[in-house]
Amino acid sequence: MKKNNQMLVGIISSVISIAVGLLFGFILLLILNPAKAGMGMGTMLTTAFSNMDQFGKMFYQAAPLLMCGLSVGFAFKTGLFNIGASGQYTIGAFFALFGAIGLQLPWWACLLLSCVGGAIWGIFPGLFKALFNVNEVITSIMFNWIGMYLVNLLLANMPFMLSAYYGVGTTDRTAALSDANPSAIIPTGGLNHIFGNSSWINISMFIAVAVAILMWVILDKTIFGYELKACGFNKEASRYAGINANRNIVLSMIIAGALSGLGGGIYYLAGTIQYVLEKSILSMGFDGIPVALLANSHPIGTIFSALFISYIKVGGSAMQPNFSSETINIIISVIIYLAAFALLTKIIIAKFLQKSDKKEVKA
Amino acid sequence: MADDYVIEMLHITKEFPGIKANDDITLQLRRGEIHALLGENGAGKSTLMSVLFGLYQAESGEIKKNGQTVKINDPNDANRLGIGMVHQHFKLVECFTVLDNIILGVEDTKNGFLQYDEARKKVMALSEKYGLKVDPDALVSDISVGMQQRVEILKMLYRDNEILIFDEPTAVLTPQEIDELMQIMRGFKEEGKSILFITHKLSEIMAVADRCTVLRKGCYEGTVDVASTTKEELSKMMVGRDVEFTVTKRSVERGETILSVRDLVVASKAHDNNAVKKVSFNVHGGEIVCIAGIEGNGQTELVYGLTGLEPVKEGSITLCGMDITNAPVRQRNISGMSHIPEDRHKHGLILDYTLEQNLVLQRYFEQQFQDHGFINSGEVRKYANKLIDSFDVRSGQGPVTVARSMSGGNQQKAIIAREIDREPQLLVAVQPTRGLDVGAIEYIHRRLVEERDAGRAVLLVSLELEEVMSLSDRILVMYEGELVGEFDNTVSTDELGLYMAGAKRMEVKA
Repeated sequence: MKKNNQMLVGIISSVISIAVGLLFGFILLLILNPAKAGMGMGTMLTTAFSNMDQFGKMFYQAAPLLMCGLSVGFAFKTGLFNIGASGQYTIGAFFALFGAIGLQLPWWACLLLSCVGGAIWGIFPGLFKALFNVNEVITSIMFNWIGMYLVNLLLANMPFMLSAYYGVGTTDRTAALSDANPSAIIPTGGLNHIFGNSSWINISMFIAVAVAILMWVILDKTIFGYELKACGFNKEASRYAGINANRNIVLSMIIAGALSGLGGGIYYLAGTIQYVLEKSILSMGFDGIPVALLANSHPIGTIFSALFISYIKVGGSAMQPNFSSETINIIISVIIYLAAFALLTKIIIAKFLQKSDKKEVKA
Repeated sequence: MADDYVIEMLHITKEFPGIKANDDITLQLRRGEIHALLGENGAGKSTLMSVLFGLYQAESGEIKKNGQTVKINDPNDANRLGIGMVHQHFKLVECFTVLDNIILGVEDTKNGFLQYDEARKKVMALSEKYGLKVDPDALVSDISVGMQQRVEILKMLYRDNEILIFDEPTAVLTPQEIDELMQIMRGFKEEGKSILFITHKLSEIMAVADRCTVLRKGCYEGTVDVASTTKEELSKMMVGRDVEFTVTKRSVERGETILSVRDLVVASKAHDNNAVKKVSFNVHGGEIVCIAGIEGNGQTELVYGLTGLEPVKEGSITLCGMDITNAPVRQRNISGMSHIPEDRHKHGLILDYTLEQNLVLQRYFEQQFQDHGFINSGEVRKYANKLIDSFDVRSGQGPVTVARSMSGGNQQKAIIAREIDREPQLLVAVQPTRGLDVGAIEYIHRRLVEERDAGRAVLLVSLELEEVMSLSDRILVMYEGELVGEFDNTVSTDELGLYMAGAKRMEVKA
């Protein structure tokens, strides 16, 4: 099979799997609420394209998803399961907000800070793995919780960060950037005019796509990427080749952490949302896992899987009054779950093609 | 019926992407014979047997048992037809006992509880009958490779299999164990069982087989009676040309000391005792020094210590006058050490990388192959093509073939190409011909001798006495982590065997 052909099969199989996922989601809706199933499915599929505002929201949500997906995918390529994207994302968000509100820095400096924060949170699981061979899954899960409570603790002790400081009476969330430091809001780059004055849209999706391309270049074109992937595929053979596997594990976790951290920065510097002190881990980091899996950890593919999941989510949230949020979450999960069967579909298609090839030869 | 065939595989064709592994192959197994299946690596032997065992489905052709056409969709079907197989890489559960492994899948149960007594009786009876000594209560992870193989054989017998397939059974055995296995196989034959014996060792075929079917490059070359043929004829059928069995070596002046090892101690991973105990020796330019010994006497750990894969506990290693005792692997590579590893899948190759990516495994960072941190893919491709040409590495798609899809012999050739082309001062070759066919062995031996003739130092670790005798200039015998004998290549194999078994020893000084 030619390379182009293989890519085509890959794309076709993804599309088929997604279609099957949507079908199952629809069947589930029929079971749960037959009267409104058709309408609900319609809402889910069309909301993102119904008006420019929602269309913009799809991009707005896709950007941090993409960053978390890249984070998980990058670590995967090095043979690490970074389940700590959530913690890195939270720390990244805190660093960005601290830069914006506490230090009154411009948006780009805050984004850099968010990378630094995420990277710091990635170092720990990386070091534990490299030095003591502690499974990174365990450490990064623990660091999700440590990260969240640490941020809550810090914010609770920094009254100048909270919205109450700016005269809005709540102490459970950070100050709105429009009050605290408008220069820290990621610029719209004129996109809001194109998107019919959508309040969601800004240049973050461009930043995220640029980072995705950068990651693809690093993994596929550089000797650094060659080393990282070698460690991921076969650690023993990398040692044999003289590659410093431990150094690469730490570096890979630092980069993965920085990617998640940037995701947190992008999301909270959009100016549309405030960080709320909560007692549960932010789900964005975990959503990065299906984003990476759907794209088979390929950085470019991650762009599309992030958009797809964001599209479903935007549609899902518009179903709210008619369906409970739990129902919507189940539907979304089913769709994502089945979409992840792309690999299986690919094998089936390949078999089918092989058979038809043979028939042609015989005829 | 003139011939009583128990299994017939007629006109079998099996394709994989880019390669026809079996092309119209016919194999007929008579009742109660030992039938050898001979061919180079990648000739399609394993594929053919996998078709018979139900692991692959052939695109065309048919399989008959006792004259009846049968369909074998999976190993369970094969089992029902009385076909059993000992795979080259054993399929045992390491943390189960021998008995557990034998009954796995066909356990007797009563009210959901395992019934061991009957099974134990049957296993012991079989073990007695065929001289297959095993300890039924030992854990598989604790027993020797030879005993593991006996467990695999008992698994087939326990299932009352009549047709026994042995896939390269001797590759992992010591000379004594090979003799034992041959005896056991003859016993099966007398019992009326039929045996398919996959191998590329001609002497074993001559010793034990009745007939032999030869494959070459996926095609059927013919079936011959072993009694009326010769080694030379068989090898010609297999390789397609005459094969030199003896290595021609010219005498070369011994050069300067390249590698010097003093009182080397390497810890063992398996037990508290040290695996390598105060070993000292030198290797000079222009000589092949061979470490002989039975598997598991510290050779692996010695090589790990030398090449930097495991830390050294005590002692020193000097390469070309430079102390590399604690140097990282990369520095040893750069300083002129090449290493053909014992386990090509674990260490030698990154199986999910392409051939060209594997060929630059220790060189990707060199000026030639990078451009400010970016891989210079043009240069890599050019270099890979050069190596593929000059070392005749065959694969489905050339430099972009995924290493995993290549045959074992060509994987090994790729490693050897990579290691030799780095023009090392010292070439450490561990079992470089393990599991390879005569054509490839001949080639690799010639390459090793060429390296020696070019004045390089070669340290060969081998379990095959034939290889040790024909290649070495000097032989060091290793026993229980120590060097117990030093010989030139005129020593007899019997004498060497005594030292390898620990029956005799002498003081070895560097």
